Amino acid sequence: MKLTNALFAASALVSVTATAAAAATLTIATVNNGDMIRMQGYTDDFTEKTGHEVEWVTLEENVLRQRVTTDITAKGGQFDIMTIGMYETPIWGANGWLVPLDGLSEEYDVNDILPAMRDGLSHDGTLYAAPFYGESSMIMYRKDLMEKAGLEMPEAPTWEFIREAAAAMDDDANDVNGICLRGKAGWGEGGAFITVTGNSFGARWFDEEWDPQFDQPEWKEALTFFTNLMNDYGPAGYATNGFNENLSLFQQGKCGMWIDATVAASFVTNPEDSEVADQVGFALAPNKDGVEKRANWLWAWALAIPAGTDNEDAAKQFIEWATSKEYIELVAENEGWANVPPGARTSLYETPEYQEVPFAKMTLDSINAADPKNPTVDPVPYVGVQFVAIPEFAGLASQVSQEFSAVYAGQQSVDEALEKAQAIAEEEMEAAGYR
Amino acid sequence: MARAVTNQRKAINTAAAWAVGLLIFFPILWTILTSFKTEATAIADPPVFLAFDWTLENYSAVMERSNYARFLWNSIIIAGGSTILGIIVAVPAAWSMAFVPSKRTKDILLWMLSTKMLPAVGVLYPIYLIFIKLGILDSRIGLVIVIMLINLPIIVWMLYTYFKEIPVDILEAGRMDGASLKDEIIYILTPMAVPGIASTLLLNFILAWNEAFWTLNLTAAKAAPLTAFIASYSSPEGLFYAKLSAASTMAIAPILILGWFSQKQLVSGLTFGAVK
Repeated sequence: MKLTNALFAASALVSVTATAAAAATLTIATVNNGDMIRMQGYTDDFTEKTGHEVEWVTLEENVLRQRVTTDITAKGGQFDIMTIGMYETPIWGANGWLVPLDGLSEEYDVNDILPAMRDGLSHDGTLYAAPFYGESSMIMYRKDLMEKAGLEMPEAPTWEFIREAAAAMDDDANDVNGICLRGKAGWGEGGAFITVTGNSFGARWFDEEWDPQFDQPEWKEALTFFTNLMNDYGPAGYATNGFNENLSLFQQGKCGMWIDATVAASFVTNPEDSEVADQVGFALAPNKDGVEKRANWLWAWALAIPAGTDNEDAAKQFIEWATSKEYIELVAENEGWANVPPGARTSLYETPEYQEVPFAKMTLDSINAADPKNPTVDPVPYVGVQFVAIPEFAGLASQVSQEFSAVYAGQQSVDEALEKAQAIAEEEMEAAGYR
Repeated sequence: MARAVTNQRKAINTAAAWAVGLLIFFPILWTILTSFKTEATAIADPPVFLAFDWTLENYSAVMERSNYARFLWNSIIIAGGSTILGIIVAVPAAWSMAFVPSKRTKDILLWMLSTKMLPAVGVLYPIYLIFIKLGILDSRIGLVIVIMLINLPIIVWMLYTYFKEIPVDILEAGRMDGASLKDEIIYILTPMAVPGIASTLLLNFILAWNEAFWTLNLTAAKAAPLTAFIASYSSPEGLFYAKLSAASTMAIAPILILGWFSQKQLVSGLTFGAVK
């Protein structure tokens, strides 16, 4: 009797395992943002098409980064798909931690992915992650205040114009700040913004020999300009403002201009959340007059498969589904074109319905204006616009941005901060063996 | 003789106690209030205190998106399991330190406490690798063990303090009457130390419930408790404060209610032995 039971149990187990091999359960780590959450709502569509189930692990961006980095470096195998950014992808790809995304189906049309995105998510010409959505940064400004100030925003303004406009729009009596920008410490917060500002003044993190460049006049000019601009026309306490703080200020009508991620456009033009929804105009991020690079970054949240997963085929199927043209159409059909994940595919910007979305063109122009391979005026040995795609950067840039935030908070001078930044970077690069 | 306390002084003390209490409770109150606001009201400047259109939409959004019951159940198992396991390990340890101390007992106690001074992230990798080897990543049993180990020094210390208050003569009398070591711990020591053990249980349950480093780093989809549930609503790019507040309220509500009902035991346990 017992033997029969055991045999029965064993055969049941075998059949369960056999079914499991055909239909996998994918564990996907992802960030908490509107587009990703929306995708979770459409999981059933994927399951219906392929039979694979999906389990979501949604985490705050920084927690996610720590979590997936631990797992991939220790080969924990907890996730079949990871949501990672443009910073991690080339580094992890080079380390052999990710499954190359070759052999994607013809219908998927990999060449439709925007070239800037493809470049940023590849290493040595091999794509390691597929962009779910992409972003650059651009100027969002109040058309009504601009008009009141008697100015007209050019499509591609200079920093000099931005300063002039900020001065004209700044209105303490009505609680309006001329301009709101990120000052919060952290490589992905204020660090990202000051890095692209540096690019637009002709500065760079390293020269071709990996020598830090904070002792060069371009950095001094960029940091001095930013600090003066914000001290004169920015909100009080801007040294601790990040994306969310500025979004909140802008939505409540307290900023004349805001330069930040292009995804913010859909928030500030949404009448449910924004008091200024119908008054927002867009322009390319500025540059110093005569400098060819602009202060716009390039970022994508992308889906990648960690090497060693048991469900590689199913994971590839998911990535093809989630980053396909069909998925975009699915979202458009149910929630409107303004809610589709932007910035990943060329065909989206050729869709007539999408061209009517007010921020579509400027988003595309901004993405196209960013070149991760040649981010600065002078040549650099690294890839990345608002970051340097080397493993040491996150730690290094967090320290440097803390020094800069201390300048914004009035705790030290520009010269002191740059001197410290130079010393920190020299030490770090020395220790890591770049020099 | 007790010091005479005037009515006026009493009133001042009461007011001061309420003020401190409210000050401590205010962030929680604010979280609860925010959870009933719309996202736009949640970030309003100046902030709105009570006069807003109360809404339950955040709660329904959270319930729709996340499997709250699963996170809650994991939290209960992890916090409960680690606390009970911790007590089972700590009672004999504290017994030996309190009643059969050696020359090194004090040193051992201090050494145990010193493990709490190490930043948790310093041992993340070793523990992660051990978990991979044992195949217990993203499992409740793995977390029960880790959280138990993290809180063990505190459990031992608390129990040790309570046991020290129990006259050793009573235990000796039991021994004279033929009680074995097991009988002594289970039938004599434990019942006498019930208030102490109860408050240790409660405090550790709360600590385990709130633990947010290991529970986030060692889990994925299966064993993630309420800390991961909260983390899934935080976002640096997008204003989800009202939903985050709703998720936080749902995560702290069970422990808040537990704390409310057991505050008498908690306070008596924590002040036990404080006045000699």
